[in-house]
Amino acid sequence: MRIWMIAAVLLGSCGVALGQNTTAASIARGKVLYQNICLACHQADGSGVPRMNPPLIKTSFVLGDKTKLITIVLKGLNDDVEIEGEYYSNPMPPQAQLKDQEIADVLTYVRNSFGNKASAVKAAEVKVVRAKIK
Amino acid sequence: MNKFSLATVALATFLTSFGPGVPGTAVKPDADNAGLKLPSGFGALVAAEGLGHARHLAVTPEGDLYVKVEGTRNKGNTIWYLQDTNGDGKIDRKTGFFKYDGTGIAVKGNYLYASSNTDVYRFKLNDKHQVIDTARSETIVTGLINRHQHEAKAFTLDNDGNLYVNIGAYSNSCQIKDRTKGSLGMQPCPILDSAGGIWQFKADKLNQTYGDGQRYATGLRNVVGLDWNTRLNQLFVMQHGRDQLHDLFPDMYDEKQSAELPAECMYALHKGSDCGWPYIYYDQIQHKKILAPEYGGDGKKTGGDHIQDPAAAYPGHMAPNAILFYTGSMFPEKYRNGAFIAFHGSWNRAPEPQKGYFVVFQPFKDGKPAGDWEIFAEGFAGPGEIKSPGQAQHRPCGLAQGPDGSLYISDDVKGTVYRIVYNK
Repeated sequence: MRIWMIAAVLLGSCGVALGQNTTAASIARGKVLYQNICLACHQADGSGVPRMNPPLIKTSFVLGDKTKLITIVLKGLNDDVEIEGEYYSNPMPPQAQLKDQEIADVLTYVRNSFGNKASAVKAAEVKVVRAKIK
Repeated sequence: MNKFSLATVALATFLTSFGPGVPGTAVKPDADNAGLKLPSGFGALVAAEGLGHARHLAVTPEGDLYVKVEGTRNKGNTIWYLQDTNGDGKIDRKTGFFKYDGTGIAVKGNYLYASSNTDVYRFKLNDKHQVIDTARSETIVTGLINRHQHEAKAFTLDNDGNLYVNIGAYSNSCQIKDRTKGSLGMQPCPILDSAGGIWQFKADKLNQTYGDGQRYATGLRNVVGLDWNTRLNQLFVMQHGRDQLHDLFPDMYDEKQSAELPAECMYALHKGSDCGWPYIYYDQIQHKKILAPEYGGDGKKTGGDHIQDPAAAYPGHMAPNAILFYTGSMFPEKYRNGAFIAFHGSWNRAPEPQKGYFVVFQPFKDGKPAGDWEIFAEGFAGPGEIKSPGQAQHRPCGLAQGPDGSLYISDDVKGTVYRIVYNK
């Protein structure tokens, strides 16, 4: 009985810790990836470059449909993007060389930085999108 | 009494016959010099504001302005015709026309030229340099490449009926995969056939395209600022150098080197000039042409012996969006026949602080840059360090000289037009 309780407590706290850790760790890993791959164009504060590279601050692209967002990372973007009446035209190169987990991490970081608050992106979600667009 | 009122009327007529910017009309700088810091004796005023994303601008001999606007996606007016009817320096009459986004604008003879991101158009002017029919433009050049990158068709004209148009490269460094880490350069770079240079067209022939023009100069990644030097009878251009040395080749360049390199270069062109993009870039610290990492370089190996040297070099990524040779008489002697350069301001120096967002003066002697460049006007971006370009309140983009020798500077954040005057 005592052992069982201890085990349950241990398991419980472990589970909670694991859960927090997963998102927090994903954000931390994503931040490093962002700095290495995304920052030059999208800037440290996610504000982008006026009329060239889109901002990542509270836009529907970032906070909205995850499939669309994952697709942009995998395939890049060569279309004009309109955000709040401004147009952004620079092409974004595809980042398909990144692993599913890396894309999940960087997007989880972006969706939880620069004033954004949105659910994490999971590697499994990236995997599904990658399989679809191949 | 009668005589007196007649004299008053005559005087008033006489005074109002001076348009804005016409010699003899002194305008007063704003009390705060429009927020700019300038050399002693110079003052600035806001001539106009709220024009949208104001790119290049032109001044007529009467002192009226034409300002080219972008970013409406061909929905709004993209040329403003601006007049200051009472001569106080402040624009008080504004008319908009033309539906194509773009950067370039110029008044030459009895025509106003303006570019979209694919074409160059012109409008016939009356003897006051006003557009006769804003609904009627002629297409001078059409069908130039626009692939979402370096798409602005900045241009200038010489005095012999030629038009020089920038066709920017739709690429950063001609990698097989654009802006992709480690991707090598295409050999030879196919972009140079139709972009990455300056094309020469006839200023008065309609509907010209690639086959009708000549590639005047090649190996220029992107040029936004260019000016025909009438004294030297020569085209000068400012190249926007390549981005992302560190991102793409992190083993060869650290973030600090990548912020500073390569140089933003001034070139004095002649027909057939090759400035080396994408194969080499100019390193302003080593004072050498360096082989690009996409083409076997390592940051040290030199390359391009046959490639033209720049006339002058400036720190990386500051984005020179206009160059203007000063030919007026208002400013002191040292400025005459030297070059003003508007540096729009960097974005590719991140995570290092950004740089530029000012207008520079480059002294010239005997037709060549002589001596160090100096900051002429700063304070456009606002107080404090700029970490990302979105923080800048204003960004200088276009330059033009008024008939009285004033210098006009356009801002493409909020559409302010600054006018710089000298009063001592």
